[in-house]
Amino acid sequence: MGYGTAAQTGRAALDIQGLTKSFTVNGGTVTALRDISLRVRQGEFVSIIGSSGCGKSTLLRIIAGLETDYAGSAEFGGAAIRGPGLERGVVFQEHRLFPWLTVRQNVAFGLGNSTSASDWESVDEHIDLVGLSGFEHAYPHQLSGGMAQRASIARALANRPQALLLDEPFGALDALTKIQMQQEVLRIWQAEQATMVMVTHDIDEAVFLGDRVVIMSSRPGTIKKIIEVDLPRPRDRGSYEFMRLRKAIFAEFFREDDKPFVYTI
Amino acid sequence: MSSSHEQTQESLITFEKAEVTPLRVRIPSTSFRFPRKCLGVVLPLAFVILWELLARGGVLAVNWFPPPLAIVDTLLELLRGGELARHIAYTLARVLAGFLIGALTATLLAGITGSTPLLRQLLDPSIQALRNIPSMAWVPLFLLWMGIHESSKIALISVGVFFPVYLNLLSGILTVDRKLVEVGRIFKLDKLQLVRRVILPAAFPAYLVGLRSGLGLGWMFVVAAEIMGASRGLGFLMIDGQMTGRASVIIASIVLFAFFGKLTDLLIELTGKRLLGQRGGEI
Repeated sequence: MGYGTAAQTGRAALDIQGLTKSFTVNGGTVTALRDISLRVRQGEFVSIIGSSGCGKSTLLRIIAGLETDYAGSAEFGGAAIRGPGLERGVVFQEHRLFPWLTVRQNVAFGLGNSTSASDWESVDEHIDLVGLSGFEHAYPHQLSGGMAQRASIARALANRPQALLLDEPFGALDALTKIQMQQEVLRIWQAEQATMVMVTHDIDEAVFLGDRVVIMSSRPGTIKKIIEVDLPRPRDRGSYEFMRLRKAIFAEFFREDDKPFVYTI
Repeated sequence: MSSSHEQTQESLITFEKAEVTPLRVRIPSTSFRFPRKCLGVVLPLAFVILWELLARGGVLAVNWFPPPLAIVDTLLELLRGGELARHIAYTLARVLAGFLIGALTATLLAGITGSTPLLRQLLDPSIQALRNIPSMAWVPLFLLWMGIHESSKIALISVGVFFPVYLNLLSGILTVDRKLVEVGRIFKLDKLQLVRRVILPAAFPAYLVGLRSGLGLGWMFVVAAEIMGASRGLGFLMIDGQMTGRASVIIASIVLFAFFGKLTDLLIELTGKRLLGQRGGEI
């Protein structure tokens, strides 16, 4: 447990200390997150993995500034998070594109009313970055699920945020598109050099992308373990080291079932 | 072995059964094929022809049920006198004025109550209460306040247009996908920007439905307003026909009301389709 070497060496972009979040449901109080402490280095890629209902999405919503009622502290770039900010881009599980806008207009959405020439440059550059050149004037309903999610990533990046928060971004995509998108995200991350925090329930995805994998347990959501993924990129999903990490994370969720295959780390 | 044999027999039988080509009853196709799309025209057309024949044959009293061709004659006659164009212009102008006033007020109010919960709680109950007043009940009051001139007619039409537009736009605003609103929050839109850039575009299809039904009521109310006291307009023409005992004039007016009602509705529908067509099946 504790912070990995990667987190210690760089400046912290995101600093969460003793964060607890409760919801009131039908008069009762449900603790969604309890005593979460996590420090994310600038430019780091952190995967947060947990079963559904473990509060991982709530954690991301707090970082995004969509949930502001919590105990403990959450700081981004040294300042307390009090609401959404353009320095934190968000990609949701659903693409959430505006159906009445074209791809280009959607990507430019966050740039405000007076989109300058350099803004449009950024828009086109990011459309190109996610591989949607030629689809600038298409409407969301004309795009496939993967393409729509690409457009949504471009929209989040057009403001040149310092951090990109991804909430199960490929959860709704088919397996092949998902792998392709993971490779794209890796390329985008390396091109943009932004801090990435991605929530997922896919072990393979978490290991493939993350510098560290934060494993969360459910009810209440706590950080169970943080695993360093010290593998060079691009990572080979079939390599021994990759499989070993996958199994280690798998074991955190399914201890009993996995007994015959326990590996010592 | 025997069971396998049986099976073969059975499958052979089914095979044979399948081989039998079903008897196809082919209706000899006529050279004239009526397009399916125009099927809806058949009944009214038959009705008009039947009416014409019955009226001409003396089965129907011509003064009560003038034959369709006589109605066409009446229309042409009115048109030639220049009288009809003036009546149509008056009616259209009233509908347009009433529609604009009603729809604009409704848009503003629904925008306000839809975006601010506090104002919604303050204003919406009153508006909903006013909705329960049968619109015709306003007539005496409007006549008293504004006289028998244009303003009272336009006010009545505006009231008719107001409610469908208000209700549809408000419900459209209230049912906007919260996930899209959240995207607006992520990009730090202020309240006004959120309304303009997310909520109104998302509520637009519902707004269009409101505008169309509002226009329908506008046409309904212009008839009422013109019947009650006007010296021009299609509604006046109807009353004139009634007073002078000319059924053909009344029916001609009805036909014109239907025609212009449909025309204006089509105008909104096509404009809306142009604006909505791009976003496809979503929303």
